[in-house]
Amino acid sequence: MSEILLALKGLSKAYPGVVANSDVSFDIERGEIHALLGENGAGKSTLVKTIYGLVKPDTGTMTLNGAAFTPAEPRAARIAGVAMVFQHFSLFDAMNVAENIALGMENPPPQREIAARVREVSEKYGLPLDPSRIVGELSAGERQRVEIIRCLLQDPKLLIMDEPTSVLTPQEVDILFETLRKLSAEGTAILYISHKLEEIRSLCDRATVLRLGAVVGDCIPRDTSARDMAELMVGAKLQVPTKAERAVGRGVLVLNGLSAPAPHQYGTPLRDINLRVRAGEVMGIGGVAGNGQDELVAALSGEMRTANGMVMLDEQPIGKLGPNARRKLGLSVAPEERNGHAAAGDMSLVENAVLTGAVRQGLTSRGFLRWGKARAYADQIIKDFDVRTPGAANTAGALSGGNLQKFVIGREILQAPDVLVVNQPTWGVDAAAAASIRQALLDLAANGAAVIVISQDLDELMEISDQFAALNEGRLSEPRAANGLTVDEIGLMLGGAHDMEVAHVATS
Amino acid sequence: MDLSSINPILLLASLMVAATPIMLAAIGELVVERSGVLNLGVEGMMITGAVCGFIVSVSTGSPWIGFIGAAIGGAILASLFGVLTQYLLSNQVATGLALTLFGLGLSALMGQGYIGIKAPSFPDWHIPLLGDIPVIGPIVFQHDPMVYVGLLIVLAVWAFLKFSRAGLILRAVGENHDAAHALGYKVKRVRMLAIMFGGACAGLGGAYLSLVRVPQWTEGMTAGAGWIALAIVVFASWKPGRLLLGAYLFGGVTVLQLNLQAAGMAIPVEYLSMAPYLATTVVLVIMRAGRAPGSLGRIFHASR
Repeated sequence: MSEILLALKGLSKAYPGVVANSDVSFDIERGEIHALLGENGAGKSTLVKTIYGLVKPDTGTMTLNGAAFTPAEPRAARIAGVAMVFQHFSLFDAMNVAENIALGMENPPPQREIAARVREVSEKYGLPLDPSRIVGELSAGERQRVEIIRCLLQDPKLLIMDEPTSVLTPQEVDILFETLRKLSAEGTAILYISHKLEEIRSLCDRATVLRLGAVVGDCIPRDTSARDMAELMVGAKLQVPTKAERAVGRGVLVLNGLSAPAPHQYGTPLRDINLRVRAGEVMGIGGVAGNGQDELVAALSGEMRTANGMVMLDEQPIGKLGPNARRKLGLSVAPEERNGHAAAGDMSLVENAVLTGAVRQGLTSRGFLRWGKARAYADQIIKDFDVRTPGAANTAGALSGGNLQKFVIGREILQAPDVLVVNQPTWGVDAAAAASIRQALLDLAANGAAVIVISQDLDELMEISDQFAALNEGRLSEPRAANGLTVDEIGLMLGGAHDMEVAHVATS
Repeated sequence: MDLSSINPILLLASLMVAATPIMLAAIGELVVERSGVLNLGVEGMMITGAVCGFIVSVSTGSPWIGFIGAAIGGAILASLFGVLTQYLLSNQVATGLALTLFGLGLSALMGQGYIGIKAPSFPDWHIPLLGDIPVIGPIVFQHDPMVYVGLLIVLAVWAFLKFSRAGLILRAVGENHDAAHALGYKVKRVRMLAIMFGGACAGLGGAYLSLVRVPQWTEGMTAGAGWIALAIVVFASWKPGRLLLGAYLFGGVTVLQLNLQAAGMAIPVEYLSMAPYLATTVVLVIMRAGRAPGSLGRIFHASR
């Protein structure tokens, strides 16, 4: 296993104003699992898109199997044996599994044959999938299986995986890793991109670290601590959030048998959720995407109305109140999708600050906006939460994901709510910004607010929560003290591995 | 009122003829929308097709060459829309509306010297054997060839979307253009071809009015047919089979209300003229199922 499959030499790519890759060189050996590490914006995506033929490098060469490799388009890369599992954007919701798979293949056989081969491959690698189902109705884990099987049907020599585990339960992750190890034992090289360092330590043979587009080091993940790798990625000492000792007060937010029908075709109904969140406490709610997170957030924020007594704030029923009325009473919500739901991308940061801050910060008077006050409020958010932007007049859409997330969270925290609900607070945010967001949430709780954090990142929840509960198909488990919970227990709370089985191929 | 003056066989027979122009324009627009583009310029492309077809067929004496000219005229106008929306990223709704206004003006200009002329005749086809069947023969099998060409196009589009690889790619582009791009499909090229096909079909539909239905050239003679075609595509849930039904329903009620007017029905003419629009809308809304293509009307830009 020491033959070199793909060699990258001096790859550079610049976009106007940004250098995405500069002089990147490394090798991938046949059958190895190679990790590519880096912060957001470190140039990982550009690099894999170059290998997959979606981006042409400005300079540099690639060699595949000893021959020059210059894929002009993904088709050429696929023919050469490079396959890619995307993080987003690659499935068609309205089509069935077999059609989705056919779209990712060169010269696909007729539908019936595809269906047969899907069954064969899914049996072999323990990834059950019905070829005739409509993709829009599948769970996140199942959707990922579609992508993986689409790649496997083409017998790839190199499989690129971009953040594959962000939507899986721990058990599903184990099974995915089992499949990947099997593939690697059969001689398929895997280029694995992830933020999750512990996963990389357990799975990968080698790692290359990118920072600001350049290779800053490589390591053997098994022999390197996660902290060292993180510091290599960030290029600085990492601040770990500190939990201050704090007194837990009375229950401020109480959910009494909260039930609601699914708001749309692909939604999840909420089923009899009971919860009591106390002042000064961080309640972590885990669960695989699509198990009712969005619906729960909507019911808490007031975007979805319920029976009045189902949601109680300070012993006052608020189930029928709208978002602004709830904000006034001290319940703030930062939803998941920061650009489009939490913030209006085409409006300036000042205007976005007004959108939720108007009520509690007094940014309006007799129906007129108080621009001076609003601007001061936006500037304060930018200053206190270290939002990197040239100024508050910039549009929200112009900020990077992590910066906008800091702004959105900061906007709610500065209003000093009694209860704050955040959904996926650090999704797609780099390690340094994530640490500062988590610290801000802990500080808010220390000041006596109740905080509900909904997230799919279990490490994050374990790091900051006092209590942990799991959402599964719209039901919420009994909350348990987060301290001392093991990964297996959490996995069971999340509903275990959704009908996945361990691969049937014998490990050779 | 004299209802006995209405001959049911003639009525049903003229239904297919009345439905053909809308059916042609709608099936073209269906392909365009399945590829994710909303072209509101159907009316403009139809009327341009009507005048192009009329001019070509008058100067060559052949209605067939006229139809070809109409298809080319419609496609050229559509590719103007395509370049503006796909390559210059202009707004599809505004550009489509502009295309309708532009087409109406352009056709009026082009048709200056052709008002009052009669188009060369386009004889009906009497299909041997089938055409001799009593009742069904005159209703279904004794029309001009374009009626059958239109039906063939609908059938071909249905089969193309359902069974062919190219049709799958077209649907994929319309469903999620970012994903299609990531998989390496040429989103803009697919959409340009779909837009030109849509223009050609709208042109054929317009020419059917000026060469067969009327048959002469008058300014603004499409009189809203393009808008009905657009509505039928939406109410038919982007499915060719339902589209056929919607077009025939519209054609049927149109013919019926004309006959009722002629028979002197004691209802104001305005209500009768309203009927086809109302009936088509009501029926298709009731039947409505399915959803729009995921990327419909969104601008595609391959950023990074």
